[in-house]
Amino acid sequence: MNVTSHQTSSGVGVRLQDLGKVYGGATAVQDANLIIEPGEFVSFLGPSGSGKTTTLMMIAGFVPPTRGEIFIDGRPVARLPAQKRGLGMVFQNYALFPHMTVAENISFPLKMRRIGKDQAEQRVRDALAMVKLEGLENRYPRQLSGGQQQRVALARAIVFEPQVLLMDEPLGALDKKLREHMQLEIKHIQARLGITVIYVTHDQEEALTMSDRIVVMRDGRIEQVGTPATLYDDPETAFVADFLGESNLLNARITSQRDGVAHMALPNGLVLAGSAGRRPVANGVSVLACLRPERIRVAPANCANADAAWRGKVEEVIYVGDATKLRVGIHGQTLTAKLQNTANSPRYAVGDEIVTSWEPSSLKILAG
Amino acid sequence: MSVMQFSRPSVQQPGIAHAEANTDRRARRIALLLLAPMLVFLAFFFVYPLIDMLMRSVRGPDGPTLEFYARIIERPVYLRVILDTLILCAEVTAVTLLLAYPLAYVLTTAHPSLRAIMMVLILVPFFTSILVRTYAWMVILGPTGLLVHFLETVGLPKVTLLYNRIGVLIGMSYALLPYMVLTLYSVMRGIDQRLMQAAANLGASGWQAFRRIFLPLSLPGVAGGGLLVFILSLGYFITPRLLGGDRDQTISMIIDYQVEHALNLNFAAALAAVLLVITLTGFVLYDRLVGFRTLLESKVR
Repeated sequence: MNVTSHQTSSGVGVRLQDLGKVYGGATAVQDANLIIEPGEFVSFLGPSGSGKTTTLMMIAGFVPPTRGEIFIDGRPVARLPAQKRGLGMVFQNYALFPHMTVAENISFPLKMRRIGKDQAEQRVRDALAMVKLEGLENRYPRQLSGGQQQRVALARAIVFEPQVLLMDEPLGALDKKLREHMQLEIKHIQARLGITVIYVTHDQEEALTMSDRIVVMRDGRIEQVGTPATLYDDPETAFVADFLGESNLLNARITSQRDGVAHMALPNGLVLAGSAGRRPVANGVSVLACLRPERIRVAPANCANADAAWRGKVEEVIYVGDATKLRVGIHGQTLTAKLQNTANSPRYAVGDEIVTSWEPSSLKILAG
Repeated sequence: MSVMQFSRPSVQQPGIAHAEANTDRRARRIALLLLAPMLVFLAFFFVYPLIDMLMRSVRGPDGPTLEFYARIIERPVYLRVILDTLILCAEVTAVTLLLAYPLAYVLTTAHPSLRAIMMVLILVPFFTSILVRTYAWMVILGPTGLLVHFLETVGLPKVTLLYNRIGVLIGMSYALLPYMVLTLYSVMRGIDQRLMQAAANLGASGWQAFRRIFLPLSLPGVAGGGLLVFILSLGYFITPRLLGGDRDQTISMIIDYQVEHALNLNFAAALAAVLLVITLTGFVLYDRLVGFRTLLESKVR
């Protein structure tokens, strides 16, 4: 086979139906329902213990589900042993065979499939070229750097042209620079192969960068599913708002609603304008609202003229390189604002009097 | 200011290196002090007797001689006993390996609570005297013993299990089994179970994953356990004497006879020196083939 054959292979859909796993008495995964489209890059994102790895292990066939079904390309596979599922997988610490060379590792799945020697050699060469490791065929895994081992694991997982690739925190052991580089490379390879990828990570930045859609998991349940932009801009719950990026979470009571704009009162008496939630909420009900720090505009106190502008005082200044975070006190309520550090952006110091403002659409009412 | 900051490390460096060397030397001195009692003990009760024994093997009534070694070579009986001993030890090693490998594998994959129980059962023989255990086997294997009686009851032909090679093999394999199990287990425990998952994910059946991944990675344990059992079995003489027949003589039994009955200490020393050389050859072979490091490492990387 040659490279063109890779390009013709493409991903298939995966569907989870009421998938659940109970260990002893503890529920690890509960009622997972999800449809993954062919060729889609889907990340499972959540803190440790949220059930994301258990879900992946059930799809891979290493953990038998307690209930529910898994469909791959429409075929139920929950009772199929791992070796019959034909899924590629990159393990957390790569799980390279230490007694085999790079070439032997990569050709292992081909050998298991009784693919002829000549063809197998060609495919190993192609896979090595794809992960840019030509010339390292005869090295042993222990002679490679972490990043190189990661590439070998990736090559081994795609060399037999699986239609679905599972990845369990594959970049967790790499340093930040290399991780960002590999994120892009994995995306490029996925785009080239058209393969369906299910990716497990606890790194929200990684999930935002790589995914077509993100599945946020919490305590064994799927909390929210959506594109990175949807999840970031329109989180449904406080957990999602807090886990993906930073946010100011405000307790408020709805006072009036009109044309999609809701007014809500904070405990300190301030009344803010925000966008009404997706679900209708009655006036007088207490809600949680989310405001992203970078959506807050800050100006010196002497140019107060904007709508919905609130006077406040800078309590803390945190410099993070590309941006500056300000902790701003407004009548006893503290908000975090994040300002980009551009060439002519004003600098603030602790104690400065300022005014803050934001578009009503930036203040979102969360469900629950 | 910045210049000073840059230059400081290079000035500091020799001082740090010096201090490091000092702590290094002190650490070494403390280590030596801690080892001293053991070293003194070994010098008196191991190194000195060993040298004395080697000297004895070349000391004749009229000065240095190689006559004792010549006797070993000239009399075919001694070479045959040495060969017999090597064959017996190889057989014992093979039997323990066959029994221990599956046992160690189960131990590796067992639930921790079951593993703890199994571990105790494996170690129990260590807490009993070899003499007691051997007599127990005599009771079980004897012509009117439990096992023979049982085999007769189920209608199998009468077999002799005591005072022959079968008895020796059973007794010695039993005594040496824990060493093999523990060595295999320590290596198998170090094999990452995710490698087996990876193999399954890549399309390998259970058997293929075992043969291509687990088995090769467990070979250092096979070599280590095999060598350990082989070397230990070279020195066995109570078990083969009590459970074996006339033809199951081992070199250590001959040495024992020369010391206790023939009172020929010099000849016994020469035989012991030969046994020592065989043992050391085993060690060297092991180091060449597998490396001593793997004996001390539980993790295969």
